[in-house]
Order: sequence, then C-alpha cells, then structure tokens
Amino acid sequence: MKRLKLFYKTRELESQIDEFCEKVDQGAMTFKIGINCYINGDFTAFEEKLKQVNQLESQGDTLRRNIERRLYEQTLIPESRGDVLGLLENMDTILNSCEGAMWQFAIEKPHIPQEFHTDYILLVDASVSAVDSLVSASRSFFRGAETVTDFMHKVLFYEKEGDKISTRLKMAIFADGLDLAHKAQLRNFVEHIDDIADTAEDVADRLAIYSIKRSI
Amino acid sequence: MEVAVLVFLSSGLFLGWSLGANDAANVFGTAVGSGMVRFATAAVICSVFVILGAVISGAGAAHTLSKLGAVNAIPGAFMVAFAAAVTVYAMTKASLPVSTTQAIVGSIVGWNLYTGSLTSSSTLITLIATWVICPTLAAAIAAGLFKAITLWLRRAQIHIIRLDAYTRTGLLLAGAFGAYSLGANNIANVMGVFVPVSPFTAFSIGDLFTVSSAQQLFLLGSVAIAVGVFTYSKKVMMTVGSSLMSLSPVAAFVVVVSHSIVLFLFASQNLENFLASYGLPTIPLVPVSSSQAVIGAVVGIGLLKGGRGIRGRVLGNIAAGWAVTPFIAGLICFVSLFFLQNVFNQQVSREVVYEFTDPGLARLAEESIDIDGVKSLNGRRFTKAVVLADELETLAYDDGEIGRIIDLAEIDSFEIHPDQLADLGRDYLTPGQFAAVGKLSGRSFTHRWMLDDALIEGSEEWALLPDLTVNKIDNRRIEEQRRAIYSLFRIVAAP
Repeated sequence: MKRLKLFYKTRELESQIDEFCEKVDQGAMTFKIGINCYINGDFTAFEEKLKQVNQLESQGDTLRRNIERRLYEQTLIPESRGDVLGLLENMDTILNSCEGAMWQFAIEKPHIPQEFHTDYILLVDASVSAVDSLVSASRSFFRGAETVTDFMHKVLFYEKEGDKISTRLKMAIFADGLDLAHKAQLRNFVEHIDDIADTAEDVADRLAIYSIKRSI
Repeated sequence: MEVAVLVFLSSGLFLGWSLGANDAANVFGTAVGSGMVRFATAAVICSVFVILGAVISGAGAAHTLSKLGAVNAIPGAFMVAFAAAVTVYAMTKASLPVSTTQAIVGSIVGWNLYTGSLTSSSTLITLIATWVICPTLAAAIAAGLFKAITLWLRRAQIHIIRLDAYTRTGLLLAGAFGAYSLGANNIANVMGVFVPVSPFTAFSIGDLFTVSSAQQLFLLGSVAIAVGVFTYSKKVMMTVGSSLMSLSPVAAFVVVVSHSIVLFLFASQNLENFLASYGLPTIPLVPVSSSQAVIGAVVGIGLLKGGRGIRGRVLGNIAAGWAVTPFIAGLICFVSLFFLQNVFNQQVSREVVYEFTDPGLARLAEESIDIDGVKSLNGRRFTKAVVLADELETLAYDDGEIGRIIDLAEIDSFEIHPDQLADLGRDYLTPGQFAAVGKLSGRSFTHRWMLDDALIEGSEEWALLPDLTVNKIDNRRIEEQRRAIYSLFRIVAAP
C-alpha cells in the first residue's frame, strides 16, 4: 500500500498519458462511425458523433496541456521530454484533423453519389486503422517495448492502402458525369480523410526516430 | 582555547570544503548531469547526509585516527592538510574529479621527505594500483550491470514515466547513501588529526545522549564539506555527469550503483569482517577511490555502447589530473613546510630519536632477527628514519626486518594515568584490557614495544592473535586500541 502512495503522482501522470492515447483512439473510431452514418444518410446520428468528437478533442487538449505542464514543472524524463512532447502534440493534430473533417461534412453537407459510398467507407477504414496502429505504437513506445516497430509497419501499410483508395476514388469521381464544382468538392473530402492517414504516417516516422533514441 | 589551534583548524576546514566541492560529484554527479536531479536538491540531500554520516558514524571517540595521524605535530598536520586542500581546490577549479585521499597521501609523502620520515615502499605502488585497478573494475561492473538492466527493461516494459520515477528515486537513495559514507569515511581525514587538540568540550542533551568533543569537531568539519558541496561542486558534477559523456538516466543510476559496488567489494572492511568471521576466504582489499570508480563506470558504459560517446579530451584531462594530484600535493607540502618551519618558526614534526639499547637488541633476537649487524649501531642515535634505514640496508636487512628494527629502536615517551581512559569511551576496551592498563598506573615507558609488552603481561587480551584470516578483525581492533593508548599517554615534550 505504501508503494502505491509513494508513486501516486507517477501513476496519475501515467494514466493521464494512457487516457490521452485513448481519446485519440476513440476520436478516430467515433469519426469512422460518424462518417459512415453520414454516408448512409443518418444525419442525426452524424451530428451526435460530431458532438462526441468535439468533446474528445477538447478533453484531449486539456489532458495534453496538463501532461506537458507536469513534465516541465517537475522536470520529468529529461532525456525524452522533447520527444514525448512532440509525440503528444502530433497525436493531438490527428484528433484535430478528424474533428476538422467532420465539421467540413457538417458545413458543406456534400452529396456523395451511391457509387462512391464503398470507396469512401474503405478510405475512412484505412485512415482510422492507421491511427489505431499509431496509438498502439505510441503505447509500446511509452513502455519501451519492441512491438513499437510492428505497429509502425501497420501504420505505413494502412497509409499506403489509403493512398491507393484515394487515387482510385479521385479518378472515379473525375471520370463521372458530375459538374466540376461537385467533382472538386468530392475530391476535397477524399483529401480531408486521406490527410488523417498521412498525418499518422508522419507521426510514425518521428516515433521511429524517438524509439531508436530510447534504445541506445 | 588557543588561537593557534583555531588557525590550524582552518586548514582542516579548507580541506573539508575542497572535499565537498570535489567528492560530492561522485555521488550526485551523474544524477545532476543527466538532468534527473536538480543541483539544489542534490546539494541539500548531499549536505544533510554528509553531516549525519560524519557525526554518527565518523566518530566513536578519540580512537579515530586518520591517515594524517602519521604526521606527529599539529603544525605539520596543518600544512599537510593545507597542501592537499590546495591541490584538490585547483583540480576542482579545473572541473576535474580527483581523489582527495591521493592528495593527502601525496602530501604526507611530502612531509615524510621533508622530515626524513620513512615512506613505505607500498605507498607508490598503492597509488598506481588505484589508478589502474579501480577504474577497470568499475568499468567492468558498470558494463555488465548496464547490459543486464537494459535487457531486463526491454522485457519488463515499464512505462517511461514510472521508469523515470524509479530511476529518480534510485538516484536519490544511492546519492544519500553515498553522501552518508562520504561523510563517515572522510571526516577523519578532514578533522581526525585535530581531535586531540579539540577546543570543544563534551556536553549532554538531557540524559539521552552525549555529544563528544570529537563529534562537535566532526560536525564543524562536515559543515565545511556541506558548504563545499553548495558553493563549488556543480562544475565537477557536470564533468562527471555530462561533459565526459552524455548519460541516460538509467546509465546514470548504473554508474552510481557500480561505484558503490566497487567500494563495497574492494574497500569494505565490513565485508571482509563478515567473510572472515565465517572463516571464508576474504576478497583482497584493493585501494579504491570513489572518483576513479565513478569515472571508470562512465567509461565502462561508454565502451559498451561502442565508445563513440566518450569525449577523449575530457577523459585525458581527468587522467592527467589523477596522475599529477599526489605529486602536486607533495611538492606544495614540501615547499610550504620549509616556510612554516624557517619563516614562521613552527615545529612541523615531533622529533623522533632512534637508539639501540641492550633490551632492544635482546628483543630483536627474540624475534629471530639477526642482531650481529645491528650491534655495530649500538649506542648510536639517529634522528631521521631514512638515515637509519639506509644504514640498515647496507647491513643487508630486508624491508620487513628494517621496518621492525626501526619500530623497536624508536624512542617514545609514555606515562600511564589510567584516569584518562575515560576519554576513550566506556566500551572501547575490554574489562581485561582496562585492568591491564590500570596495573601500569604511574609507570613510564621509553619505547612502544615496552609498553606493548607490559600491557600483554597485564592481560593476554592485549596480545595479537596468530596471523590467520579468522583473526584479522580482532588483530585490527587490537592494533587500533594500542594506537589509541599510545596517543592517549604519550608525553609530548614542549617545543
């Protein structure tokens, strides 16, 4: 019991970091459900999910600021402080991208023709899977586990997959008989979703460097 | 209280200050250098534990005899301490971690040369051995430990934040422990020689415990060490903890732990006592220095990582610092003693006379040393041990015999007043030993060996046991008790 008390603050911070990772993961999954709802025409459910992502994003922000402040105030992990800070901020960017993309859907309310539904859903799947693997990689990084590389491979895989889908989808959109403004709008939404996977890849690349640094 | 005593004390305090400024880096250098512990935190913990170590474990009573104890006149001891302190200060100024003990030993050699006292031939070998053996051992232990810990960490998957907290706690605990032993082990070098002239008197707090005059003196000395830690130790800490090589927190912890292991295994009389008390073979006590151990450990980890991280120039400077420390201290001491004696008219050494007498020769014969050669010296007086040693060497005696002959020929002067025994503390002597001293009340002795013989006659408990591993502890205790008796009853002629 004494040990629990002794490292109480440590546990608290540790669980805050875990919680932050959860928020990012939850944000991505809620994003996925939300976009699916939108594509299937269930706008009330979409609005509900948008609200949730909003909340998750602001909770994530608070957690991140809290963690960063404590890391600096208590001069914790002097060696990896900058790296951890960078990692948290980049993961927060992903959450922001999810929220931003959903807002774009809410504001522009694009009409997505039936024939593109499957690819949009696949694209969202790939992006969210990339984020999911990134969160797992980050968790492994915090625990100094070797599995970090396994998860990073997955991030890269899903990002590539996302690229393939987005190219295919964009080609299909522009081959269609829609008017140009509509085509451009649909393309923008492909990019919004694909950006999430790209950001995840960037973070994974940094994470690779951080974990090399940690291992030597 | 004499003003002179205060002046002499000042060099002890100076030495304490230098020691704090330099040796604190051994226990907290890597913690501060790696950014895990703030300097202010380290300084506070280090100071508190140095003082605790010095006051609680540094002193029993008058029987704490330091290395400087060989220096038999207070003005001489003043200069020996001063020369060592100046040397350590200079090295600290250059941000180099050095061994205070080596500075003191170098200084004593300077005193020996100046006063014509004998320097044991093992001293030089000891110094060189310390330079080589101690860092090598520390490097090997640190590399092994680091490898093991990193492998374990990979499997244990401890969260980065928790690992940080554990490492930090470990560093603080190891540092506090290191500071405690730093105080306990080094306070005798700083203040031990001044114990007989302590200006303090013992007092009691309630009936609970008594603070002896030695403890008050040690408190003063340890405060000097603490001031050294606060005011000047940061530079050396940074050399140890980050300039020589950038250390990760875990590496910082491994360095501190392996340095403690080296000190414990190869310098710990406690471990030797423990092994000896069970009749087990003891690990030979190698002269080790904590500064050398810490640097060795850092280099060990550096080499394990491929050696690219080690800054060669810094390492070269440190090694050069080690090499010159005893010589600089010796030189400063030698030159300053000249001024102290000839300009300030201070007696830097107690005059020791060596003379051969018939009982002395008979005693030598008893110990089956060939006395034919020594007979030719019968009746001659020697005032310098080195001259006598040279003379004996021409008579073809070996080193061991020369040491024993000089020992027996040395004229000393004791007068036994058993009432002074109270100064040694109640339980320092066994009842038998106590009674033996009592029987000699009022008697005088002109040689140490005569006093020894008289004590043994009074009680067998004063006799050394056969030289076996199991008897090591007892013999060491008896020898220390004898030395305490010598310094208690010695009559020092007024200059």
